[in-house]
Formats: sequence, C-alpha cells, structure tokens
Amino acid sequence: MLHTMIKRWGYKLSFVGVLLLFMLPLLGIPATTYLTLTIAGLAMGMLLFLIASGLSIIFGLMDVLNFAHGALFAWGAYVGFSVFRTLTNWVQAPSALQNMAAFLIAIMAAMAAVAVLGIILERVIVRRVYGNHLFQILITFGVTIVLVELIRVFWGPNDEVMAVPLTFRGNWDIFDVIIQRYRVICILIGIIVYAGIQTILKKTKLGTIVRAGVENREMVQAMGHNIFLLFTGVFAVGASLAALGGLAMSIFSLQVYPDMGSTYLLFAFIVVIIGGLGSVTGSLVGALIVGLAYNYVAYLVPWAAAGVNILIMIIILLIRPTGLFAAGK
Amino acid sequence: MNEAILKVEDIHTYIGHHHILQGISFEAQADAVTVLIGRNGAGKSTALRTVMGLLPSGRGKILFKGREIQKKKPYEIARLGIGFVPEDMGIFANLTVEENMRVAMLAEDPATSERLETTLDMFVDLKNFWRAQAGILSGGQKQMLAIARAIVNETSLLLIDEPSKGLAPIIVEALIDAINQIKARSVVVLVEQNFYMASRVGDQFYILDDGMVVQKGNMPELVDNDELKSRYLGISKAVT
Repeated sequence: MLHTMIKRWGYKLSFVGVLLLFMLPLLGIPATTYLTLTIAGLAMGMLLFLIASGLSIIFGLMDVLNFAHGALFAWGAYVGFSVFRTLTNWVQAPSALQNMAAFLIAIMAAMAAVAVLGIILERVIVRRVYGNHLFQILITFGVTIVLVELIRVFWGPNDEVMAVPLTFRGNWDIFDVIIQRYRVICILIGIIVYAGIQTILKKTKLGTIVRAGVENREMVQAMGHNIFLLFTGVFAVGASLAALGGLAMSIFSLQVYPDMGSTYLLFAFIVVIIGGLGSVTGSLVGALIVGLAYNYVAYLVPWAAAGVNILIMIIILLIRPTGLFAAGK
Repeated sequence: MNEAILKVEDIHTYIGHHHILQGISFEAQADAVTVLIGRNGAGKSTALRTVMGLLPSGRGKILFKGREIQKKKPYEIARLGIGFVPEDMGIFANLTVEENMRVAMLAEDPATSERLETTLDMFVDLKNFWRAQAGILSGGQKQMLAIARAIVNETSLLLIDEPSKGLAPIIVEALIDAINQIKARSVVVLVEQNFYMASRVGDQFYILDDGMVVQKGNMPELVDNDELKSRYLGISKAVT
C-alpha cells in the first residue's frame, strides 16, 4: 500500500520537496532579497538553458559530444558585439524601440552566422566521427582551439566591454524587491525559446521526427527520412541556440572575451547531466536548478557557490544516473 | 512463375571482422510470402538488414524491381516502397501511437489517409490507444503498430523480422491473419523461427545456415519434409 502511494504521489511529492528545498534559503535570507536572488537565479538559469538545450538536443539525436559548443557560444557573443558596435547609435539611443531593434538584429545576425558555422562544422568535421565519442571529443576540442584563435584574429585577443542597450539598463524597485530589467528580458527570452522549441517538437511533423530520432535513429532512416539532413538541421539549430546564449550572456556579464565559451560550457554540461541528455524540458529544469542554487548559495556561503552545482550533479547522478528527464534511446 | 520483385544475388555482409552472410541469394516473387528460416545466428536478420541498407553489403547485388539498391542509403530504399519491421519492432516508446504513425507517413495525401484508415481497421487496438504512449502497449500491440507503420505508405515490399517472437499463441494467430491480408497488396519477406507461423503464411522458403542458403523451395515441400526440418530447424517429427 505504501509502495502504491509512493508510486501514485511520487512526482507530486518530489515536486513539493523541490519547492520546499528552494524555499529553504528563506530561513537565512530576508524575503525581499530572496525574491531578488530568485529572479537573478531564474535569469541565469534561462541563459544556461539557451546553451544547454542545444548541447542536449545535439547529443540526444546525433549522439555527438560537441565540445565546440562553447566556441560557438563565444562566436555568437562576438557577432552580437560587432552588430552593437555597428549600431551604436541605436544601442545608446534613449528609445526602447531602437534598442529593441538593435537587440533583435544582433540576435538574428548571431544566430544566422553561427548556424552557418554549425552547418559547415557538421558537414566537414563532425560527420566523419559519428559513432566514435573519443574522436568526437578530440576533434571538437580541436575545433574549439581553431574557433577561439579565429576570434583572436578577427576581434583581437583582449577582453571587450559589451554594450547594453540603454533602456535595458537599470532596475525596477517593486516593494523593495530590486529587479534588474535585463534579467527580466533574459527570463522572457528563455520562456519564448522553450515554448518555441516545445511547439516545434510537439506540434510539427519535423519535431516529431526529431523526437523519434532521439529514440531510434536507425528506425527513422528505415521509415524514409534522411537522418543526415536532419542531423545538419539539428546541429545548426543547436549552434544558433548557443549563439543566442552567448549574446544574451555577454550582455548579462557586460563583457566578451575569446575564451568565454569554456567558462560556460562547464555549466552547460552540468545542466545537461542534471536534466538528462536529449530532453529540452530536462535542460530547462536543470538550468533553473543550477541558476537558483548558485545564486542562493553565493549569497549565503559565497565560497561554496562554485561547488554547489557539482554537488547537485553528483547527488542526481547517484539517485538517477540518466538525469531527471532522460529521453529514451 | 511470377516475376521476382526482389533479387538478392551473392550477398556478403560483414559485421566487424565477422563474415556473417557468405554469398546468399534469394528472390521474393510477386503475390507471395517468402520466408527466410533457420537457426539462431544463421544470418536471417542480417539478410533483411542488408536489403534495407542498414548493413553494408561487401559484395553482390540487391535488385528491387530490377534496380540495384545495394549502394543506396536506408531512407532512399524505404522511399522506393520497401517497408521494414525490425526484430525489436523499433517502436518510438515516448511517442504516442498517432505520432508513431505520423512519423511513418511519408505523404499527407488522401491516398495515405485512406491507407491509414484501412490499416487501423485491420489493427483495431491501435485506434483504442491512438493518443496513448506507444511504450505502454502490450507486445502484440507493439508488433501491430510496427507492421501498421510499415504498410501505411505505398509499400510494394514488406520485410518483417520475427514478428511472432515472444508473443502469445492467440496474438500469433492474429498476426497470421494480418499478414495474409497484407500479402494481397504487398510482397512479404518474412524472417521467422516459429515454424507454425512460417508454414501458415509462407509460399516459398529459404533455409539459411551459417550465412548461406542451404535449401529452398515451396513451403508445402518443407512442411512434408521431416528430415530437412530436423536437420536445419531442429524440429523433430514428434513435435510437428
């Protein structure tokens, strides 16, 4: 009977448990600060989701460990940086419309440029190492070195200050809860991207084929679908998500630097391992866990902030080695 | 004799360093069910997977409607009108029954919709579980879904790998009925270890042993030949 109850209520109980766990910091943090940290954590989580979702889809469908994902992330940031530099007048204008236009142009340019880079990378390099994880790690690591060096060639080796559109700057103070405007934008971008991916995956035939491919690539081929074309498309989408993440994160952190991809790739891998490879919802949940935990712990025990996500990852690996939402293979 | 829709000529297939198919040849005649039969490890599934392009053939020719297909990719072969039901059924467990069928449908035209209706009339259970995740289906229902997916397109050749494996006798009977209906509209090549099923649906047979065809003929000849059944299929006279 107890077993049946646990089975019936297991998900609900675990949801309540997670909720309580995330409310636990309230014991040591004032409510207004808690809300500020929660919004900061959600924003960071959404940014990590943008990077991790692409990584997760690429691994889930193509079984490719793409260590070059971080470099694609950095390229997205630098393309956005160049667009902002070109459109400085719009970025610095006290007009929300012009700021938003510059931001959207930067997003489109970064995603398109890195999608093309992703297509070239998949067709020329990754395709040769399908099915061999060791070669994938080595070759995509090599690609990372090349792409980062190319950033140094095109944009220079130094850190650059990333511009923030004028109306994106500053805070809102709502009943003593300080909310940075750009963090709200990040949360909205994350929600839009998640809703977009879910709509494509769940409501379109192409998305259904991709989900089928995550489960059984061979069968998708035997049903008449060109899995290699699908791979190229998925790789391009994954790369463009990395670019969006790179651009959004560089505005968040106010800087771009050639090696920035490696910093966030580690977070992305933690998110994907927690959420489960191949699952977009898993990436979102994993990213939010990482973002929130990092912000709460950074406030309460600053020296432990970097380690808390590793600890969460280890606990989840021990309890559920496939991650929270592992897609079936 | 009817014209052969599929001709496999002297095919050699390697998996790693293992020489699995050592020059097998067989044909699938129009309006007939051809059964590849043999012990475990004889190379039956490998033969189907090679025809489907899922394993590369090292040597030999595979002709479908007179066209060589041994160099084609699996999706190209499927688009020629060859349906495949693998041994493990290849069900997308996290997708609904409806989504499994939609992935299989290569066109969204009236003809395909009509075939879908006909197929669902043949496998009524699938209608009842239309919106359910395919992973919750029973073994028999999964097999029906796997076959339904393979025939929802205009399929002129259907390759089915051990459909009776692990199924209850009553489900096997239902599958026999289904395959007998399918053979009216598509040529079937069946890999089967269950001799009862093979004999109920098969018209021609090929016995495979150690990656080679060691015997072929019409199914009634095999049914009556206890010596052949005993030697290659391990079926004693008492059992039959």
